[in-house]
Amino acid sequence: MYFNVLGEKVSGARYREMANAAKNRRELIAAGLTSRRDLFKMGLLTAGGMLVPKLGLSARARSVIPAANQLASPATRSFVQPLFIMPQATPVPSLNPAPTIAPDTAAGESRTRNHQGFAQFPPNRFFNVVQQAFQVSQSPDLPLQTIWGFNDGTNLCSPGPTYASGYFGSSHNKFGRAHSNLVRNNNGLPTVQHNGGFGIPSVTTHLHNGHTPSESDGFPCDFFEIGHFYDQHYPNVAAGINSNFPGTGDINESLSTLWYHDHRVDFTSQNTYKGLLGYYLLFNDLDTGEETTGFRLPSYPQFDIPLVFADKVYDPKTGLLAFDLFNLDGILGDKFLVNGRVQPFFEVQPRRYRFRLLDTGPSRFYEFFLTDLNNLSATNQYWVIANDGNLLPAPVKVTSVRIGVAERVDIIIDFSAFAGKTIYLENRLNQINGQGPVIFSTSGTGATECNCPEILPAGGGNLLMQFRVSGTSVADNSADPATQTFYSLPSTAGTPAVVRTFKFDRLNGQWSINGQFMDCNNIRVHVQPNSIEHWILTNATGDWTHPVHIHLEEHQILTRTTPATGSARNPPTLAVERSRKDVVQLHPNERVELFFRFRDWVGRYPLHCHNVVHEDHAMMLRWEVDPNGGDHVEVP
Amino acid sequence: MHHPSRRNLLSLLGMAPVAGAALSANAAGATQSFAPETQADARERVRQRYFPDVPLRTQDNKKVHFYEDLIKNKIVTINFFYAKCEGVCPGISANLVRVQKLLGDRVGREIFMYSISLKPEEDTPAVLKEYAQSYHVRPGWKFLTGDPADIELLRRSLGFTNPDPKLDKDKSQHTGNIRYGNEPLMLWAACPGLAHAEWIAESIGWVDRSRVQNPVARP
Repeated sequence: MYFNVLGEKVSGARYREMANAAKNRRELIAAGLTSRRDLFKMGLLTAGGMLVPKLGLSARARSVIPAANQLASPATRSFVQPLFIMPQATPVPSLNPAPTIAPDTAAGESRTRNHQGFAQFPPNRFFNVVQQAFQVSQSPDLPLQTIWGFNDGTNLCSPGPTYASGYFGSSHNKFGRAHSNLVRNNNGLPTVQHNGGFGIPSVTTHLHNGHTPSESDGFPCDFFEIGHFYDQHYPNVAAGINSNFPGTGDINESLSTLWYHDHRVDFTSQNTYKGLLGYYLLFNDLDTGEETTGFRLPSYPQFDIPLVFADKVYDPKTGLLAFDLFNLDGILGDKFLVNGRVQPFFEVQPRRYRFRLLDTGPSRFYEFFLTDLNNLSATNQYWVIANDGNLLPAPVKVTSVRIGVAERVDIIIDFSAFAGKTIYLENRLNQINGQGPVIFSTSGTGATECNCPEILPAGGGNLLMQFRVSGTSVADNSADPATQTFYSLPSTAGTPAVVRTFKFDRLNGQWSINGQFMDCNNIRVHVQPNSIEHWILTNATGDWTHPVHIHLEEHQILTRTTPATGSARNPPTLAVERSRKDVVQLHPNERVELFFRFRDWVGRYPLHCHNVVHEDHAMMLRWEVDPNGGDHVEVP
Repeated sequence: MHHPSRRNLLSLLGMAPVAGAALSANAAGATQSFAPETQADARERVRQRYFPDVPLRTQDNKKVHFYEDLIKNKIVTINFFYAKCEGVCPGISANLVRVQKLLGDRVGREIFMYSISLKPEEDTPAVLKEYAQSYHVRPGWKFLTGDPADIELLRRSLGFTNPDPKLDKDKSQHTGNIRYGNEPLMLWAACPGLAHAEWIAESIGWVDRSRVQNPVARP
């Protein structure tokens, strides 16, 4: 029995038509219908209102089992609106009432624990941010959308204003100083009676990848309600500051590209889909934000552009953002947004740019290619310089890079090779449901990566944004990545205090870790402060890929064991994975072993799948750095 | 000329609706015509998308309609099961008994619990009654059966599905999650049926906005 969008029964023939959508689409491409004009016809470059020439070409219709209630967005034109660049967050001179070490409960603060680093790193820059609803155009072909964003008193937007700060101990960055930030997050959201169909006005804002004291981390269970506030202290210190690199932190633990997002337990997918996320960038004496100093990376903000990727669905009748409330597996959209706008264009100069790419999901993986629609057979390369916001030992030249939800890569594109042309950033990863990329083969040998996902032909994927490259040559003071080196990887030597195993599983549709489920009151792991541990993640969920995130400390991948051969790869095959990471892609049936050194701060943190739909359905656990000592439970 | 079912079919197939086409192709910057939406409209949109008003029967052999009688204006929990299920069902049902106790007399007054049979052919109202009695279920928790096609429509509409077609057909592999929500507020979430009962009860409390605590201090 088969159903259409309204739950009406449809014939088996109609159902097969829908299931064949992807195949049809690829057949068209194989048939050579890849000119710009044909791509328009096919809906790949959705020109408004043109009917596709063959049934079922939408990514949304490509689900093997269409649920009864899948929507398909109305038509929108591509590349008709400019890229939105989030403004820099604006500090305020002071906060009233002044921040305090103990929670200021009387004034309406919802923090439940004292600040750990307040006295040691007194805040010297203050932000007063209100999370609130506002209206925005995400496409000129859609009505105004009421979404949730961040208001720093100067700008109200989603993605929210970009925090840009100097690291502790740094003075030669673009700000000429170090910042210890105190962000007062105020919940000014409308009552739930005005949520437009999804989202809960109860929030906790996580600084993703921050080496942040627990009480300021945005722990999922630290949510607070309308009319209250929560002071989050970000000392911006490198790991090691209170442990193995006392007083300075380890420069090789420097972070660059962080982001903030709502982490409200059980409701993260809805609240982030609604807009509660943004970028948080850190600069130091090497990654200065100025292309004439330090590593000489393209200057922020002119040539250093943070990009937020998200896929969404709009209701075909109202044109309003729709969230699939009753999805347990993962949500895919059929509209691709960059910085909160559907398929924008960006005018660039023929020189090097640094782009920071962030996948905000809810559930989609991306593999980014540069595509010239007038020369589809060309191999267009770019440089990956950072993984999860951490500069690599040296840039890696690639034709593509793949990221999952919450992962970031910083890349450098040299547009001088494309002067006068129009090119596209294209996602060519085939994904048809929440399981993750379509896996082509789980075999693989030698240097080839296993769990090979299906890559769509050039021009046959999702064109995310358009670069219009000026023909007029300009100065470029940034360094050639081919000549650069960045940070060394911190040592992974040392005997772990304990080797723990976390099995990611699915029991009758219930997402679990070691057979248990998220519970804010259940502390599953106690870690000894300033100790080394190895955490092994295994994937027992069959065809599912999980982007797994662990707060507080970054990890390095020691081994990634492939299912077919059982052989461990040490170091990981992909050069970009020889890095510090805070999210690891756990492919079908894989086992990864991670190195951790838990330092400097104590308290509660989560480990979770960052497919936010899995996360909201309990594929998460609470662990703690416990000043009273760690446990040695190997299967927590 | 634009019959609703045709329009929906086109949408399902990812094609541009013809009406939208004519408008947006008009001129650069032209917007398609979309009706403005109130919160009541949004609620109606959620109802149409997820809550078919199919007829069901309770363990007391009473005829009820899913949306009008069970969901509308209520805080609810929904799970799927069948009486002879020997996999996750017994554990989940026993867990829900604990949840019902923890929620006390709010169940049946503010919060309503529903367990829907995946094997309506064999789970007659009488079978469901016996099942409920064996777990000492108290008032406010309905066990539901109905026409197999209606149950299947409900299961799909409420998202209790598996993307793997083989697993989706295998009833022993059915989804063990508990959906909880507040219909008028359009607040919906879910948690595993085998999670700690105390945690499930706390989670259900989040959608009852009259009882929200701030902050929740935890050891």
